[in-house]
Amino acid sequence: MKKLLFVAFILGSTNALFAQNYMTRTGKISFNATSPKSPEKIEAVNNEVASILNSKTGDFVFQLPVKSFKFERELMQQHFNENYMESDKFPKSEFKGKISNLADANLGKDGTYNVTVAGKLSIHGVTNDVSVPGTITVKGKDVTAKAKFTIKMADYKITVPTVVADKVSKEASITIDAALIQK
Amino acid sequence: MLATAFSLSVATTFAQGDADSMMKMLDDEDAAVPKKEDVNFTFKATRLINGSTTESLGAGVLDMRISHRFGKINQGAENFFGIDNANTRIGLDYGITKYLMVGIGHNVLGKENDGFAKVKILQQKTEGMPFSLSFLTGASIQTTKAPTLPTTDMKWYFSNRVCYFNQVLISRKFNDKLSLMLMPSILHNNLVDSTKFDNNTIALGVGGRIKLSKRVAFTGEYYYRFTGTDNNVGSAKTYNSLSLGFDIETGGHVFQLHITNSPGISERIMLGQTTDTWSKGDIHYGFNISRVFTIVKPKEFKKH
Repeated sequence: MKKLLFVAFILGSTNALFAQNYMTRTGKISFNATSPKSPEKIEAVNNEVASILNSKTGDFVFQLPVKSFKFERELMQQHFNENYMESDKFPKSEFKGKISNLADANLGKDGTYNVTVAGKLSIHGVTNDVSVPGTITVKGKDVTAKAKFTIKMADYKITVPTVVADKVSKEASITIDAALIQK
Repeated sequence: MLATAFSLSVATTFAQGDADSMMKMLDDEDAAVPKKEDVNFTFKATRLINGSTTESLGAGVLDMRISHRFGKINQGAENFFGIDNANTRIGLDYGITKYLMVGIGHNVLGKENDGFAKVKILQQKTEGMPFSLSFLTGASIQTTKAPTLPTTDMKWYFSNRVCYFNQVLISRKFNDKLSLMLMPSILHNNLVDSTKFDNNTIALGVGGRIKLSKRVAFTGEYYYRFTGTDNNVGSAKTYNSLSLGFDIETGGHVFQLHITNSPGISERIMLGQTTDTWSKGDIHYGFNISRVFTIVKPKEFKKH
């Protein structure tokens, strides 16, 4: 038992000591919810995405202020915040998860790795389990994470008024591009 | 043994709670920076009903506005309760920067051409600045035909057609639902109908909105005049302007539907020539519609 305790202790402390944390506050996440009948492009970019990746454990978190999504059209940005995302009530969207195939990716070595990140995505106050394929590129102290996936608006209780129901896509395709630096 | 169990639990929480502790790190960092965000969307549009709000257009945004006021509701069935008569203002507004917008327009009533500039001086913040303040200045020219003057040596000066208006707009978004605004205003008419009348109309406007749902808000504005209250238009008395309405948002547009005792849309008419009164049922049904175009794209959307 003593041995086990010792092992557990060592494991815990090595984790803490040699944790390889990569971090950014200027990651980029964009989305597109344009439908074939949309009179204009419904897309936005957020350049204030915060993210931390622990390359040893594979833990990966993302967080972004909803109000920092920039639209081409100011009015659309207002409607996005006020009516769709209710950003006063739900100011942040976040993802908490883990690289599920960490064994396939040798993040200690330079290279590009295909990974799957699974965890909990919280948008508009609703949390769902998601699993997202993406790539992680390691180059020295820099890690670039890229992914593209789709979410259903209804899964996050984001409602579209019936008058414009066919002018906004029911799904949003999300693109992540984050450059993290070793801390 | 107890110590063992304790240590084990520490070790396990360490492993499981990593993502949580990383998220907490981000949250803590965020909390350490004082949040001084702009409080946006105090009102849904740059106009409350007849008058302006502290809202500006974004930089590079062109807004085409059509405002319509029907005749008086109490004009009876033969005028279809006012629908048969209408006054319109067609206008173009443009946002030069986030803080400065300009606009021009033409009003059918009084054949007025007007122009204005509105600058946002103070911006309400989540911490610190408790309100937003904008300053609006403008002028309007009546293009009606010059009247026939009693003697031929009298001249009808261009300046007779001109009036000036200035407004300080002070607004506060109290919460998601309630926004209120004060609008100290002055209207200067170069020419009034009689020497007994005041060239200056000084007024204090109060306005606000209450959001009834995510997409519908109840709005109101009232301008109380301190001077110029005895000014007549022809033989008609003038009154303070009171308007009530709804902002209805349908995805891409904001429709403003309202009832008002002001027969026209310009500042000259709203402040100085509101010849109708609620007490007699001289109420006009009206609407504002606007269509925005992005002329200069924000930098995130410029093609490199």
